Amino acid sequence: MSGHSTYQPQNPVLQWLEKRLPIGGLIHSSFVAYPTPRNLNYWWTFGGILSFMLGVQIITGIVLAMHYTPHVDLAFKSVEGIMRDVNYGWLLRYLHSNGASMFFIAVYIHIFRGMYYGSYKEPREVLWILGVIIYLLMMATGFLGYTLPWGQMSFWGATVITNFFSAFPGIGEPLVTWLWGGYAVGNPTLNRFYSLHYLLPFVIAGVVVLHVWALHVVGQNNPAGIEPKSDKDSVPFTPYATVKDGFMMVCFCLFFAWFAFYIPNYLGHADNYIPANPAVTPAHIVPEWYYLPFYAILRAIPDKLLGVLALFGSIIILAFLPWLDTSKVRSARYRPLYRQFFWVFVVVCVLLGWLGAKPAEGIYTLIAQVLTAYYFAHFIIILPLLGIFEKTKPLPNSISESVLSAKA
Amino acid sequence: MMKRTILALTFAGLMAAAPAMAQDHGTPQPPRQKWSFSGPFGKFDEAQLQRGFKVYKEVCASCHSMEMVAFRNLAEAGGPGFSEAQVAALAAEYKIKDLDDKGEAIERPGRSADYFPSPFANPKAAAAANGGTMPPDMSTLGKARTYERGFPWFLIDIVTQYQEQAPDYITALMTGYEDAPKDFALPPGGNYNKYFPGHAIAMPKPLSDGQVTYDDGSPQTVEQYAKDISAFLVWAAEPHMLARKRVGFQVMIFLLVLAGLMYFTKKKVWSAVH
Ligand code: HEC
Ligand code: HEM
Repeated sequence: MSGHSTYQPQNPVLQWLEKRLPIGGLIHSSFVAYPTPRNLNYWWTFGGILSFMLGVQIITGIVLAMHYTPHVDLAFKSVEGIMRDVNYGWLLRYLHSNGASMFFIAVYIHIFRGMYYGSYKEPREVLWILGVIIYLLMMATGFLGYTLPWGQMSFWGATVITNFFSAFPGIGEPLVTWLWGGYAVGNPTLNRFYSLHYLLPFVIAGVVVLHVWALHVVGQNNPAGIEPKSDKDSVPFTPYATVKDGFMMVCFCLFFAWFAFYIPNYLGHADNYIPANPAVTPAHIVPEWYYLPFYAILRAIPDKLLGVLALFGSIIILAFLPWLDTSKVRSARYRPLYRQFFWVFVVVCVLLGWLGAKPAEGIYTLIAQVLTAYYFAHFIIILPLLGIFEKTKPLPNSISESVLSAKA
Repeated sequence: MMKRTILALTFAGLMAAAPAMAQDHGTPQPPRQKWSFSGPFGKFDEAQLQRGFKVYKEVCASCHSMEMVAFRNLAEAGGPGFSEAQVAALAAEYKIKDLDDKGEAIERPGRSADYFPSPFANPKAAAAANGGTMPPDMSTLGKARTYERGFPWFLIDIVTQYQEQAPDYITALMTGYEDAPKDFALPPGGNYNKYFPGHAIAMPKPLSDGQVTYDDGSPQTVEQYAKDISAFLVWAAEPHMLARKRVGFQVMIFLLVLAGLMYFTKKKVWSAVH
């Protein structure tokens, strides 16, 4: 994907193939010879981890789909059948349900990494926007998947979330009826959610290919936030990045396995082990943890339509980050003020997540409103102004210089 | 520096908010019990599961269904450890609705492959017989209840692997029946239970001392019954828990070794560049 490959296979069969379809050269130039900045730290290993997790979700998902039945009367039982009667079905299901959470943990680290080191700035805007699209697709996929086991939280979560669309004036009601395929969340809803839940991961895989393509055109950013200038600044992807990514992937799997094998229901809701019952509303309807900050933003705003718009806005605004951040310096290492605002922003997101799990009343609503205002201010006020007023530190002349000075 | 200050402030803020989270409209937290199956190496106590099954069979089964558990499960590894013969004999005590070769509805003796028959014909009948509230199915009950842990416990639970909220709650529920306080308006058909959210539960106190006879000399008290039935329900909800923890341990060891090897490989490869 980066220029012409010098790859020459030794094997005559591969030589024959290479003349007709230069796929070996493509792989070689993308994942072997591809130059990576030599100063990358471990925060750069999460892209590999994300690709791995997508693979885990697709493989476990396809096998689950062989045993799952998308029908309101059978879905809950079929998932229990997977847990009880399918060989290692409990393992498949726990890997898939916890895998979704791990996927989101990895994507949040990946996104915050990009924010800290200014990876979205010129020339990586398209790369960044493709990432935001993947994130949106992941949110949709996770939501659809959570509906499938058809427990109480599946049903009521789906009801609450789809109801947001009724906030749009005029088209709201017919839109929701259309989404549901009826006048309430029911069998048609479950069927289409299943169909889409099967489809979207492959759409994600497609966008991931574009994301990696864009990456290989512009190259990776790095902790110093300056472009590689000479050969001394980079190392080939294999073996350097491969072993580093591999090591971190195994560490991530340890973390993943701790959840999947020892506390597999920690990240879920006990209520989802109660079969869906449209006649009984659970005391607290809470979405999966990875949506909580957005859920807090939604509920912070008293007006339903404005709340929904704020919810979507809080994600869409990420796509405009390359232009909202006016600073010419990429890495927070050389931006003393931005670095502090970055951490404040992280804390605000965590606190919003905590509020998303709280009832929307009294003091909680007030705090959520303040934090929501701050969330948007970070993008619309703080970042544009910082770029103008911040006194940045001098940048190193080259990546290898910054590596050497760090060691001295 | 700044980083740490912010983290410290957040922490302090959350701590301050924690009491507000814990005070849950007068419902006390269920006391923590000791469970043989907790933790990474925990195992079910076969004798306890057998006693719990007896409580289920003699008491709870008259109201609660357990549709997703089959008789054969009782003889499977990692469970109560009944023999195949015991299970076959047990199944034969039950009457199962079926069709004969001519398509006539019949009742035949149960087989190991059958699922536990439900005490009521359908959910409506179950509700009607219980003052309008259907007793929940018991197959997943052992993990379908929880209570709010609050900060910082919900984080500590990740490390300690505490996940026995449901059996702790069920044990507490069994022992939590009391006379309603004078100012509490108990709805008709309701029973006061201090651990039940809202306190008015449709289930009358199901257990009393000496109700179920134990052959192994265990105390025949409500507390003991409560723990035994709770353990049994955890097994019924998670019959492969022991296999999960065993495989988990093997996976952990494998990954730890692999991580070590990867670490040294990485060090070797990068030594030329650093
Ligand atoms: C007389 C019928 C009856 C018997 C016997 C009975 N239950 Fe229940 N049980 C009910 C009903 C009815 C409910 C629903 C209560 C409600 O939601 O108000 C219920 C609910 C429950 C719940 C759920 C409470 C909650 O938090 O929602 C548990 C746990 C439970 N029973 C355990 C047991 C156990 C264990 C036994 C056997 C020792 C048992 N029950 C025996 C009728 C019964
Ligand atoms: C982007 C990747 C994916 C994500 C984030 C994701 C997420 C989820 C989530 C959160 C659940 C609910 C888990 C539970 O509580 O049980 C779920 C269930 C399910 N998913 Fe996926 N999924 C992904 C990919 C796939 C794929 C590719 C397939 C099939 C080809 C699939 C098939 C299923 C099935 C059958 C269920 C229901 C069984 C169950 O509840 O465990 N998933 N998914």
